[in-house]
Amino acid sequence: MSRDRTLTALAAASAALLLLAAIAPQWLVFLLALALAKGLVVLGLVLLMRTGLVSFGQGLYFGLGAYAAALLGHRGGIADAALMIAAGTACAAAVAAILGLLLARYRDIFFAMLSLAFSMILYGVLVKSSALGSTDGFNLHAKGVAGVALAAGVERRVFFALSVIAMCGAAWLLHRYLSSHWGRLSEAIRDNELRVEYLGASVYRVVYVNYVAACALAGLGGAFAALAVGHVDPETAYWTTSGEFVFIAILGGTGNVLAPFLAAAIFEGLRTVASQYAPNVWQMTLGFAMLAIIMFLPGGLWTLVSGRRKAA
Amino acid sequence: MNPVLAAEGLQKSFGAVTAAADISLSFGRDSVTGLIGANGAGKTTFLNMVTGYLKPDRGSIRFDGRELTGRTPREITALGICRSFQIPQLFQSLSVRENLLVAEGIARAERVEEATDALLERFGLAQYAERLAGLLPEGIRKLLDVAMALVAKPTVLLLDEPTSGVAADEKFGIMDVVMGAVRGEGVTVLFVEHDMDIVSRYAGRVVAFYDGRVVADGDPASVLGADAVRRYVIGEEVHAPR
Repeated sequence: MSRDRTLTALAAASAALLLLAAIAPQWLVFLLALALAKGLVVLGLVLLMRTGLVSFGQGLYFGLGAYAAALLGHRGGIADAALMIAAGTACAAAVAAILGLLLARYRDIFFAMLSLAFSMILYGVLVKSSALGSTDGFNLHAKGVAGVALAAGVERRVFFALSVIAMCGAAWLLHRYLSSHWGRLSEAIRDNELRVEYLGASVYRVVYVNYVAACALAGLGGAFAALAVGHVDPETAYWTTSGEFVFIAILGGTGNVLAPFLAAAIFEGLRTVASQYAPNVWQMTLGFAMLAIIMFLPGGLWTLVSGRRKAA
Repeated sequence: MNPVLAAEGLQKSFGAVTAAADISLSFGRDSVTGLIGANGAGKTTFLNMVTGYLKPDRGSIRFDGRELTGRTPREITALGICRSFQIPQLFQSLSVRENLLVAEGIARAERVEEATDALLERFGLAQYAERLAGLLPEGIRKLLDVAMALVAKPTVLLLDEPTSGVAADEKFGIMDVVMGAVRGEGVTVLFVEHDMDIVSRYAGRVVAFYDGRVVADGDPASVLGADAVRRYVIGEEVHAPR
């Protein structure tokens, strides 16, 4: 899909989702809100993968974003969704800015495992902290957005609409970034770090910036997930949550900024249907889906879209 | 001669193997020097020490009066020393044009697209512009590797076996393109080469390495005619005069 077509598709998808925010049944709004929240995390993961890095620890920032947003209301007495989202994103970005100084030095399995280790440290802290609800977590309730109070019953729809706007903005920004010199440089780093250094660019700096950006997106996704569910618990930082993001990234592929959202929606739909009709084997259903993707669509579901365009 | 690049007493060992034993060389501005020697003689080790890939155990390397030892490859590139590689170091999943765009972007070229198009034409790569670098023939990969090294407009250009792995009838074509690109630019060129015909034709000076040492240094005719070079570098059987 060409860049212009990507932006057109992004605008069309955003308009359709905003319409759904107004008219769709609550269960669908909830499902799509979760999908978009996870899609934001995966969007950041795609940026890392385009740089040649796979993080198994994005749950750390997803959890941080969710807890920071929730704590603002729970402890700070602030129930404004916009502030919660900003807090979640800023908190994740700030922690990533510190951890990134170390992580940007590592590659391959070491990067993956180190990122996983950090997420499990947060998980351990959350589980042991009774002040944060321990394993049960705690509830949050946002009552307004940017100073405007929301009527009961419409909050979830408004939060979903906000996540659509966030999706649109984040995908547009990342699309511009990937099309720029920095995007090409990221892919060049994935291919050959040695050559990038010999051309005079700092690989470390690019990896660091991409890492912080990816983690800020994960924090943003975490904050939206917390608003959608109305509850946070340590599972958000657990390694299986991080694995889920990698699963979705592989499912969609890294070829386009829309792929993470498409894949996240399919993933949530598949999980909902599988757990409804095959409650004891739904993980196996997802496993078979992943197997099929790796065997028949190694470039992810997005290759179906881009492949069809090429055929035309 | 006021050298642009000067190495003094360079030593480098890998365990018991001595790759460089007291190498002292200097190179003037706008000169072309061929570095010859059998495999393992120390040619690439010398290039790797100059470009910061290897740190010498002893000795110093100065570029325009500035010490290079201890600097990273990126810092050395920024000073004006660029290189190509024995095995071309390309961005395999990017097209030829994108490879050059990355290089132009890093070099902060003013008009990146125009500069890239000019480079494609200059190196005869225009017809390959949209092909993935990983799928190119070896000769084209070599050219692209050199073209990327030239993007930053270096003062010193180091070419590590620019024609190795290329068909014999293409070697001179590649060297003509490369030398044509640097001619009149005031670039100091050092190239490692095994083909003595190439060395004779393009080098104004030849440095012969053997066992980590410089065994001959001078104009091509005298170096390539020296007994030590014919015996140890070229591999000819040299008989003592009766």
